Amino acid sequence: MNAVIRYFKSLLLIELLKGMALTGKYLVAPKYTVRYPEEAIPKSNRFRGLHALRRYPNGEERCIACKLCEAVCPALAITIDSEQRADDSRRTTRYDIDLFKCIFCGFCEESCPVDSIVETHIHEYHFEQRGENIVSKQQLLAIGDRYEAEIAAARRQDAAYR
Amino acid sequence: MDQLLSLFNTYTAEFPTLWMTVKILLLPIVPLILAVAFFTVTERWVIGWMQVRRGPVYIGKGFLQPFADVFKLLFKEIIIPSKSNLFLFRLAPMLALIPAFAAWAVVPAGDGMVHSDVNAGLLYLLAMTSMGVYGIILAGWASNSKYAFLGAMRAAAQVISYEIAMGFALVGVLIAAGSLNLSEIVRAQGGNGGIFEWFMWPLFPLFLIYFISGLAETNRAPFDVAEGESEIVAGFHVEYAGSAFALFFLAEYANMILVSFLVPLFFCGGWLSPFPESWGLIGKGGPHWLAVKVAFFAFMFLWFRATFPRYRYDQIMRLGWKVFIPITIVWVMVTGVLVYTGVLVPNS
Repeated sequence: MNAVIRYFKSLLLIELLKGMALTGKYLVAPKYTVRYPEEAIPKSNRFRGLHALRRYPNGEERCIACKLCEAVCPALAITIDSEQRADDSRRTTRYDIDLFKCIFCGFCEESCPVDSIVETHIHEYHFEQRGENIVSKQQLLAIGDRYEAEIAAARRQDAAYR
Repeated sequence: MDQLLSLFNTYTAEFPTLWMTVKILLLPIVPLILAVAFFTVTERWVIGWMQVRRGPVYIGKGFLQPFADVFKLLFKEIIIPSKSNLFLFRLAPMLALIPAFAAWAVVPAGDGMVHSDVNAGLLYLLAMTSMGVYGIILAGWASNSKYAFLGAMRAAAQVISYEIAMGFALVGVLIAAGSLNLSEIVRAQGGNGGIFEWFMWPLFPLFLIYFISGLAETNRAPFDVAEGESEIVAGFHVEYAGSAFALFFLAEYANMILVSFLVPLFFCGGWLSPFPESWGLIGKGGPHWLAVKVAFFAFMFLWFRATFPRYRYDQIMRLGWKVFIPITIVWVMVTGVLVYTGVLVPNS
């Protein structure tokens, strides 16, 4: 009896019709694909993208050259030189990040006692010349100046969970 | 205008061959190539949507994608394997393409809208659709490559197996229609019953078997072992590049559209309306009804491709020889009994 039932099931193409019903349902279902350059998915406040150095509102750079980030960096991507400035404070003379070495782990940001080095949400950038992968202190500060509002907003949002 | 018309008339009278060529170019060939172009992009859309993707959306919202593809293919270098048989290697794409286009000579688009209204139209169609496999066999053989050869052998075995079931399915149509002429077959499905006069109801198993055999005949999913990319790369056309590959592609899609035309013509009333003739305008037949039916069956091709996994080779042979051929033989007999007892009246 079972064999007869199975014969008729296969003869009437029941399973094939079931499969077609499924694909027919997905034909009209909303699509998952995001048309990336035109539309983007929202990013987390903790997104770790391109680095930036921040300043205090009075224009003074935050970094105090404690070199904790240089020490914690697992990829040895950060190079810092420091000196005693005229007002006796310790400041960096050199703050280079090699973006080819960087693994975007966010340890530098975690270790920073003054919230100076941060990772922004910028992930669309490119280099056209050899050597551009090493980002200098001036460039990092410029990125920080340009995106300060967004950086501060993301930090404020995430502060309660840190 | 009158001068132009008289000039036109003299020319067509003087050069009938030229006029025939122009007609052939205008009616089946150019629209067919355009239809193939848009069929390929529709295929990518439909399969994309069924896989919850979007398909091509960038070049002219996707509508111009086939033209980009065609120009890419035409500008590519044609690579000819050094160990191949040059003559056959070049002949094969043409042998695949010519029957695929020639078959359209007897396909009516509407009442009287056909190039040659021959009485043996159905036999001609059977001959032409079977000829296409020679192109495939030659392509596989002339390439002198083991993958191409395997693909050609598979395609040959498959087409020959399903040809029989296809032929038997058409025997049922012949008995029911009482004619080999395609236009006559469609007219035999007319009447006051509308959709219920079509052959798909009394010949339902033959209808399904004809369409599925059509899938197998055109080497489409789920019967596309001839080009199973996981085993034999691309099958018979693995050694073809550029425009030679484009010809095979064109032939395959032209055959798919041909099958999408033949199924409605044989089983679904061709250009006839699904509504009774007495309903006035909506019950009047015309090419638009045929277009709707063709679009439906062409869509089924894509739906099958997006849904079903490829049959195993022995399963294809089993389905062809042990399922389809017995069912068609039985149903040809049933049709004969229906006609004999007067349930179906041929030539009505």
